[in-house]
Amino acid sequence: MDWKPVALSAEPRDQSWYEASARARLAGLLDVDTFQEFIGPEQRQMSPHLPLFALPRAFDDGMIVGRGRLDGRDVLVAAQEGRFMGGAFGEIHGAKLVGLLRAALAVKPAAVLILFDTGGVRLQEANAGETAIAEIMRAITQVRAAGIPVVGLIGGRAGCYGGGGLIAGTCAHLVISEGGRLSVSGPEVIETNKGAEEFDSRDRALVWRTMGGKHRRLLGAADAFVADTIGAFREAALAAIPEAPSFDLATLEAEQARLEARLERFGDTRDATEIWGRLGINDPAAVPSLTTEGFDALLDSLPEGSHHAR
Amino acid sequence: MRDKMPLDTLLASLFPAGHAVTVADGLISGEGPLTDGRLAVIGIDGDTALGLEGACFLAGCVLDVVRAGGGRPILVLIDSDSQRMSRRDELLGLNEYLAHLAKALLLADAQGHPTIGLLYGHSAAGAFIATALATRVLAALPGAHPSVMDLPSVARVTKLPLETLQDMARSTSVFAPGLDNMVQTGAVQATLDPGKPLGPQIAALIADSPAVDTRDALGRERGGRPLAHDIAAQVVREAQVVRGAQDRVMREAPGA
Repeated sequence: MDWKPVALSAEPRDQSWYEASARARLAGLLDVDTFQEFIGPEQRQMSPHLPLFALPRAFDDGMIVGRGRLDGRDVLVAAQEGRFMGGAFGEIHGAKLVGLLRAALAVKPAAVLILFDTGGVRLQEANAGETAIAEIMRAITQVRAAGIPVVGLIGGRAGCYGGGGLIAGTCAHLVISEGGRLSVSGPEVIETNKGAEEFDSRDRALVWRTMGGKHRRLLGAADAFVADTIGAFREAALAAIPEAPSFDLATLEAEQARLEARLERFGDTRDATEIWGRLGINDPAAVPSLTTEGFDALLDSLPEGSHHAR
Repeated sequence: MRDKMPLDTLLASLFPAGHAVTVADGLISGEGPLTDGRLAVIGIDGDTALGLEGACFLAGCVLDVVRAGGGRPILVLIDSDSQRMSRRDELLGLNEYLAHLAKALLLADAQGHPTIGLLYGHSAAGAFIATALATRVLAALPGAHPSVMDLPSVARVTKLPLETLQDMARSTSVFAPGLDNMVQTGAVQATLDPGKPLGPQIAALIADSPAVDTRDALGRERGGRPLAHDIAAQVVREAQVVRGAQDRVMREAPGA
């Protein structure tokens, strides 16, 4: 019997994005040892509100912001830690991203990268989180209007839900992996409010094909689909920078046309497989099991052009 | 709690000389005279949930105003539910439609069309972010009731008894629903006087609207968000410090 050593790679860029911590994602995404954090955990800027609920706090409040280099270019980065409070937006968590975007107007980086991993607003500080999301969206449009691309990367455990989904929709370019889920109301929220007949949150296959990365890429809700490795996200982020659309009337008119056309074409569908069929996919049922290579080949075979208007 | 002002009463106070504002399927659109110009109006009435079609329609109205130019201000009237919660809305990408509406309002404002939100009833979650919170100045009428989530739902998620939450809500504004609490965070900048004509009050809001986002500074002044402003300002400061020792070492000893 042949013994083959297990090919376990220690290379950071081969690691799973989904499994990695926010800090590990940043370390592998950026050029080696170039990340510098703003308001690092040593400053212990923790939520002033969680103690009211007798909940543990994190030194970084689940949001890591700073600067680094991407293939030699200066970028600003923000990463949410989905393992702390589901990556939810609280007062400090949100304010760090607001500050990063305001800083972008001053230091003019090559891009701002947002590594989403969030269930939405942190309910224990809901009003502060909701207001921060509005400030972030306004700041993103200002950064984009100044000619700086804002790129969202979605592939974390917590997905990108609630207000996080709206922030993502404000970015110029979105990269998503199969494990990334992008939505406003999550499966549990729909089920709690409208019943299991409307959405059975335990039906994982339904969740993935309604909100998951493959569907979002096919629909045009994300611009790039990547394998679940830190290196794949890095390559896609690099490719996104020169492609990001500007923020102006022409872009929003093109998005208006794109979203109206989507309603016209798919408004009567009930399931993602119907949409995929109408896109010209011969075997929609096979899409969820396609490898990244197989899915790339499928994308290349479709008549759809680029959806780039957001 | 005070009753909310009905839309008819609101429009009559805003446009005593008449207007061309209509409501269909809970969606408000149209325009009317304001001082020496015209005011574009969009919005949501009747506690209506905001879904794909509504967001797309309202965004189209906003982009029409931007395309026409001329700096016409846009008033966003809000008495809505949350975002529409359904499998179909999420299947078709509701996050993009809501973000698109917010972006349309933010673009309009950036291109010289002052945007004013006026909350006269309920609003919540994604619908609130996509409309009222995407304006330059957000005002409210007494009786308005914004929320992120109602207390019974917060109780379910946080697993705390409702009575405990109700007690906590009396002493802290940061999580509890209601107009006063959104005023405290700085999200709602001003409360209007329903006893006086609304037109001049809206015109004054437009004239006094701040050029930059002052919501976190208001939240600090009012105590609802004690730290947000300072945290954001500190990030801006740290980002402007020139790269330090670490870089010098790398330059002097490449590969070390």
